[in-house]
Amino acid sequence: MRFVDEFREPELISKTADEIRRLAGVERHYRMMEVCGGHTHAIYRFGLKDILPENIELIHGPGCPVCVLPMGRIDDGLAIAQEPDVIFAAFGDMMRVPGTHGSPLEHKARGMDVRIVYSPSDALKLARLNPEKHVMFFAIGFETTAPSTALTIMRARSEGIRNFSVFCNHVTIIPAIRAILDSPDMRLDAFIGPGHVSTVIGCRPYEWIAHNEGKPIVVSGFEPLDMLQSIVMLLHQLKAGEAKVENQYKRVVPWEGNRAALKAMAEVFQLRPYFEWRGLGFISQSALRINDKYAEFDAEQRFEVPGIRVTDPKAAQCGEVLKGVLKPHQCKLFGRECTPEHPIGALMVSTEGSCAAYYNYEHRKAAMVSLSSIA
Amino acid sequence: MCLAIPGKIVEIASDNQDSALVDVVGVRRRIDLGLLHDDRPVPGDWVLVHVGFAMSKISEQDAADQMNTLRMLGEIEGAMQEVKGYGLGDVN
Repeated sequence: MRFVDEFREPELISKTADEIRRLAGVERHYRMMEVCGGHTHAIYRFGLKDILPENIELIHGPGCPVCVLPMGRIDDGLAIAQEPDVIFAAFGDMMRVPGTHGSPLEHKARGMDVRIVYSPSDALKLARLNPEKHVMFFAIGFETTAPSTALTIMRARSEGIRNFSVFCNHVTIIPAIRAILDSPDMRLDAFIGPGHVSTVIGCRPYEWIAHNEGKPIVVSGFEPLDMLQSIVMLLHQLKAGEAKVENQYKRVVPWEGNRAALKAMAEVFQLRPYFEWRGLGFISQSALRINDKYAEFDAEQRFEVPGIRVTDPKAAQCGEVLKGVLKPHQCKLFGRECTPEHPIGALMVSTEGSCAAYYNYEHRKAAMVSLSSIA
Repeated sequence: MCLAIPGKIVEIASDNQDSALVDVVGVRRRIDLGLLHDDRPVPGDWVLVHVGFAMSKISEQDAADQMNTLRMLGEIEGAMQEVKGYGLGDVN
């Protein structure tokens, strides 16, 4: 645990780690999935694995929107941007993600008008500033970013802006968790629930995980102490044979979520019948499209979309890693053909993907002397 | 994109209640308050900002802790670049 002195309340962290060891005992193995890519990044960055006992295994879930986006969608978005006078606008996270013929950044180098934006509202601003061009915002993200896209589309309509559209790749977290729970090789005991997605959807949508599937879930913050406390809460439930939804991140996440955000999403989006996820395949009702009321802002209705499908190489075992059947380094391609510089599978694409996180921290650490100071 | 960046509301636009100027460790930009209609922030309040939209009100302590988390995650530089909006963020 390299940075422990920098953490807030290091003594409390030590105590919580002791509590985890006491609760976990030695008899049983616990497999917990953190759903959110932000948690995955934090777990590796903070070296949390070093202070957890060996019988607590953290499985890294599907919650990195860049990672789960099929390459064909990137190809489709870039194909639209080949049209004359189209500006391709996307978050910085998308810029290096490879399509079949290169990333958005590589397309920019070849002359495409590609712009990085921080916010969908900045993409709309681009449209206002460039009335002779068409700005297509390549939207990605879970419920954390979907409401902002929705509100931006509503603002575009009320302002009467006509040179703006959205290529919508927003996905929803619950169907992905369901797909993982439904898979026959699933071996999870509990979930660490996403923090920021829950700011929007609240805690109620997780209740079926506890009630129907019998798995405890604790919505967690991102600090080391948050995640350790969430693991304590999960262990208490597992040891008592309970399955409840609990909220460790109450200081940010209201139980009912953000009603205004949910309302904006309901106004602009409708569920797609199915959507493809890299590593998980097609999942029904797992993604959002722009509804007919806002069709003029839907890039998929406004432009010819080739509908490209690119299958991941058979040798890539992203699905098994996502479901916790394999550790990242157990995939045949890990660290050889598939690296953060040349990602082949979904989970190597973004720093929040479990393979990239594993590669960046664990792989390098293997050559270093362990600096663990708290265990 | 997934970063939650804490900011302090400096001023709400007189002609648009949904547009606020926030301060993120000295850098200012306009954000949208439209997703906090149920719990409108006022100048002096702290909010967590996702992709240019205030998503929740937080305490000053939580804001400081979140900034510290971003620092520990090595994300401060990225966060500040995002706040500045790659030249589009209405930075004052």
